Amino acid sequence: MRALEVRRLGLVPYADGLELQRALVEDRRANRIPDTLLLLQHPHVVTIGVKKEGRSHIIATPEQLESRGVEVFETGRGGDVTYHGPGQIVGYPILDLNPDRRDVHKYVRDLEEVMVRVCAAYGLTAGRIKGLSGTWIGDAKIGAIGVRISRWITSHGFAFNVATDVDFFNLIVPCGIADRGVTSLAEQLGRQPALPDVEDRFVEQFAAVFDRKLAAVTPA
Amino acid sequence: MATPVVMPQMGESIAEGTIVRWIKKVGDTVDRDEPLFEISTDKVDAEIPSPAAGVLTAIQVKEGETVPVNSVVATIGAAGEVAAPAPASANGATRTSEKADAAKASEKADATGTPGPAVAAPKPPDTEDSTALPAAGHALSAAELRQKSSPLVRKIAKEHNVDITQIPGSGIGGRVTKHDILGYIDNGGSKQARPAAAPAVARPPVEPPHPPQPVQRFATDEVVPMSVMRKKIAEHMVVSRRTSAHVYSVFEVDYSRVDQIRKAKKDEYQRMGAKLTYTSFIAKVVVDALRRHRIVNASIDGENIVFRNEINLGIAVALDNGLIVPVVKGAGERNILGLSKAIQDVADRARAKKLNPDEVHGGTFTITNPGNFGAQFGLPIINQPQVAILGVGTIEKRPVVIDDMIGIRLMGYLTLGYDHRLIDGAVADQFMADVKKGIENFDASQA
Repeated sequence: MRALEVRRLGLVPYADGLELQRALVEDRRANRIPDTLLLLQHPHVVTIGVKKEGRSHIIATPEQLESRGVEVFETGRGGDVTYHGPGQIVGYPILDLNPDRRDVHKYVRDLEEVMVRVCAAYGLTAGRIKGLSGTWIGDAKIGAIGVRISRWITSHGFAFNVATDVDFFNLIVPCGIADRGVTSLAEQLGRQPALPDVEDRFVEQFAAVFDRKLAAVTPA
Repeated sequence: MATPVVMPQMGESIAEGTIVRWIKKVGDTVDRDEPLFEISTDKVDAEIPSPAAGVLTAIQVKEGETVPVNSVVATIGAAGEVAAPAPASANGATRTSEKADAAKASEKADATGTPGPAVAAPKPPDTEDSTALPAAGHALSAAELRQKSSPLVRKIAKEHNVDITQIPGSGIGGRVTKHDILGYIDNGGSKQARPAAAPAVARPPVEPPHPPQPVQRFATDEVVPMSVMRKKIAEHMVVSRRTSAHVYSVFEVDYSRVDQIRKAKKDEYQRMGAKLTYTSFIAKVVVDALRRHRIVNASIDGENIVFRNEINLGIAVALDNGLIVPVVKGAGERNILGLSKAIQDVADRARAKKLNPDEVHGGTFTITNPGNFGAQFGLPIINQPQVAILGVGTIEKRPVVIDDMIGIRLMGYLTLGYDHRLIDGAVADQFMADVKKGIENFDASQA
């Protein structure tokens, strides 16, 4: 069984997160590090994926974004536009999918599976909606996915709303999907679970779904 | 040996992929496993490495196109092999051999009795390509040839009921390009209903929407292939006319004030390394007006309106054998000095052919200057995906009525060509009235 290292990084500015991922992808390719899962939070930021229509899915004007302290980034991940902010667990798996997991759809389904299982750990039934990536509770998205794969090394990943102020999603059309809402674990549970606890669930379920042995986990 | 690069299968359930970006250009040297292009499927963006070391000799699938897995998207030639001719500098020798390949391929297709389309496609009309070339050596099979065509070409072929294998391809390795197939159809490829043996007498029973007009050649004609730039201009212009509902509004503008300011400040600008021209003033006024009339600085994307918050001003520059529209990025943030310098810079480099490729993209509005040679006004075609273009007519002294007297003023016409899908006449005219006012009352402190 392959090893998995988990690094919990706390609050990381989006640009630093990009830079770190870039470096780790190179390290992973050169086999200097094992498969690694980064768990972190970002300050308020709106990011746009490679779909070129993404920018038109930002509803707010630059002034509105600025007044709320929201940065905008164009990134090399797949997918449309999304929002990251405090209260959201962002997971960036840096995995080598060689040689046995070389299937991008399977990879996305596996990330969804991790989030479905974390919801289940809190007694919530989450699922998929055909044709729409991400993890959904009813008609509302609780976890979003946007992935980059470079020669089968993964980066970017998922964003899971724990206690996200979902009001911020009103600045955009999340993932370019206009007719569905966004929810969070706190909204579903009616209480606010501690982020480190939710991260613990992620570490367990990620290792289980991806069949990895936990080598090192940064304590919360 | 050329190595074909195919759209990789990125997963069991994945049947196709979209190329979002070419990391390498034709002519670039690549190492094996060096990132070559990026594809996008579902929520995943993937960087695809080169399968071989060598030179990228051809890109068959453009950015934004979606093709089935295992389709050939590019070709890697051996290192040291001559790269495909760069678009601007056609290489005669290479062309000839490509044509030969294509002809061979089509002959081979005939010989092997490839099932013809429902309506028999005649051999292409008498062009040099299809005659006098001996069938020899290896030829591509019809299937190979078809696979080497882009999905667009295959789609056109299907729509027009044309057998691609019957068309001499001018692309790399005899690949049939969009131009080839459109040219073929225009040149009679779609006259299949007519018996192949009949000379060009009877009209085809069913006329296509744009009846092909074969050009009758006179003995003294000189026939020259279009340059790549010419072909691109031709394509862009026709696409734009088909895309936008062009409407025009013409305003007459008094430049007398601007001319005074120009004369007063010209030398000062020259000392700062800038040329203060009428275009500088027009650009400044237009940028200010675009900020107030955002719909003119916009694009249509499907059913959405994209309002641009950046103003990137395209400036049409006439070249010896064509036209190019370099873009002054961030024009909204420049004062008239900055605009003058930037316009001069891109225009100079356009003429010297020293523009970077990204400097002709990303424009949000274009100014063109048909008046340079004396035209009173022009009716320019919109530069897609923009929605409006300003044509500047010649500026000259004219008699005008001022306070019931006739005076001599420096006058010129400005034309706005706009896309009526998005911009209504009243809106266009308000924009133009704003531009006219801006020029006629130009604030001297801004220059």
